[in-house]
Amino acid sequence: MNFMASKQPENSLLGPEADSQRTLYPYVTGTSVVALKYKDGILMAADMGGSYGSTLRYKSVERMKPIGKHSLLGASGEISDFQEILHYLDELILYDNMWDDGNSLGPKEVHNYLTRVMYNRRNKFNPLWNSLVLGGVKNGQKYLGTVSMIGVNFEDNHVATGFGNHLARPILRQEWHENLSFEDGVRLLEKCMRVLLYRDRSAINKLQIAKITEEGMTISQPYSLKTYWEFSAFANPAQGAVGSW
Amino acid sequence: MFRNQYDTDVTTWSPAGRLFQVEYAMEAVKQGSAAIGLRSKTHIVLGCVNKANSELSSHQKKIFKVDDHIGVAIAGLTADGRVLSRYMRNECINYSFTYESPLPVGRLVVQLADKAQVCTQRSWKRPYGVGLLVAGLDESGAHLYYNCPSGNYFEYQAFAIGSRSQAAKTYLERKFENFTDASRDDLVKDAIMAIRETLQGETLKSSVCTIAVVGVGEPFHILDQATVQQMIDAFEIVGEQEAPDAAAGQEASAEPEPEPEQGAAAGEGVAPMDI
Repeated sequence: MNFMASKQPENSLLGPEADSQRTLYPYVTGTSVVALKYKDGILMAADMGGSYGSTLRYKSVERMKPIGKHSLLGASGEISDFQEILHYLDELILYDNMWDDGNSLGPKEVHNYLTRVMYNRRNKFNPLWNSLVLGGVKNGQKYLGTVSMIGVNFEDNHVATGFGNHLARPILRQEWHENLSFEDGVRLLEKCMRVLLYRDRSAINKLQIAKITEEGMTISQPYSLKTYWEFSAFANPAQGAVGSW
Repeated sequence: MFRNQYDTDVTTWSPAGRLFQVEYAMEAVKQGSAAIGLRSKTHIVLGCVNKANSELSSHQKKIFKVDDHIGVAIAGLTADGRVLSRYMRNECINYSFTYESPLPVGRLVVQLADKAQVCTQRSWKRPYGVGLLVAGLDESGAHLYYNCPSGNYFEYQAFAIGSRSQAAKTYLERKFENFTDASRDDLVKDAIMAIRETLQGETLKSSVCTIAVVGVGEPFHILDQATVQQMIDAFEIVGEQEAPDAAAGQEASAEPEPEPEQGAAAGEGVAPMDI
């Protein structure tokens, strides 16, 4: 640690100046990421929106990126913190490659590294304001995990961030099963993303679906989902609960 | 042998381009009691000769578990070996904590070698006087490395270090082609036989040697004395009958577990290897 810098230390003992060094709230944010395990690997979906508060400011933000040979990272939350995380991971993968031996960091290792980073930042009261989804395949083993901004981490067969936890996970709990085909997996993800599009204000109708298998990672071109707005429930939303919207 | 002019400190080169202090450190390894290692595709066996100073004292610990998948046998200044083992354990545990995955042995060995190199290039340090046989599992399989005080490291199919290690090396050179596909038990047997070579006439008993194994599905552990004595008994009998190795392997694995006292008694009953 460089004690000779004139920058203030990160704790709050120095009064008002210290706060400018801590993250208090996010500015440009991405919304849900949804991911599931399927027969050959992991499928992940995220829209391309970057909201500035309630304004949909940026509409071509790629919120999913490949990490090394075996992993795929999707993020919701503060976009600048996501970029910072990508920078850390870039360095991590670089040093991993520089060993130039037969070993490489797999998705499990990257997930745990990220957990350590997120938790340590949380302990310093200066979090990276993201919810991350880390998926990948290595040596035939599929891996899918998530880390939150406070360092809560776990693995599962399907994960989501933000609104996805409330709207997508129930659908996945009903309809996910082992060894989904690629088409079924995509169909299931699109079903989740469509519900999010209808109900999440920060969602936009421009999404990408990424796939990672033993062979590698591919990410689709941005596309949009077909929507139907003529449901009677949409026409008269307050029918069941007068006064609601 | 006496190269006095250029050997005072490690940061002085000789005109012939040698660092004598480093070479003297490697001498210290040769003076230590023997340690051997051999590997197959899936297992690695480490063995060492335990020499106690006197009847009254215990012997020095020369084999250390570094992690579930890595172990090390040392020869030379055992104090230096202990310190390096602590460093290795630390590195493994830190990596495990961050990545929830075992540290690949190839990387640990490089870190160890770089640490040793530092001591060859500082005037206020001295090289570590210990050679390490590092046995461990990687993504790419089973590995055996030898780390020198010079900061070099080499990968081996089988190797022996310490005093009278040449006898063990000769034995290993004869047999090493079979090691890759050998079974775990055959590998342990070969390790014990290699140790016997370094004893050169002394009775081979489980109190004189220590054997440790690590392999796929088998975390690193030191075999207990009773098991080792059993295996010694199995092939000492074979040695008298001059039966082929295959038969000995079958005998050793087919033998039911006898009482430890019986095993020890049998060992003393058999004629000592007075060749």
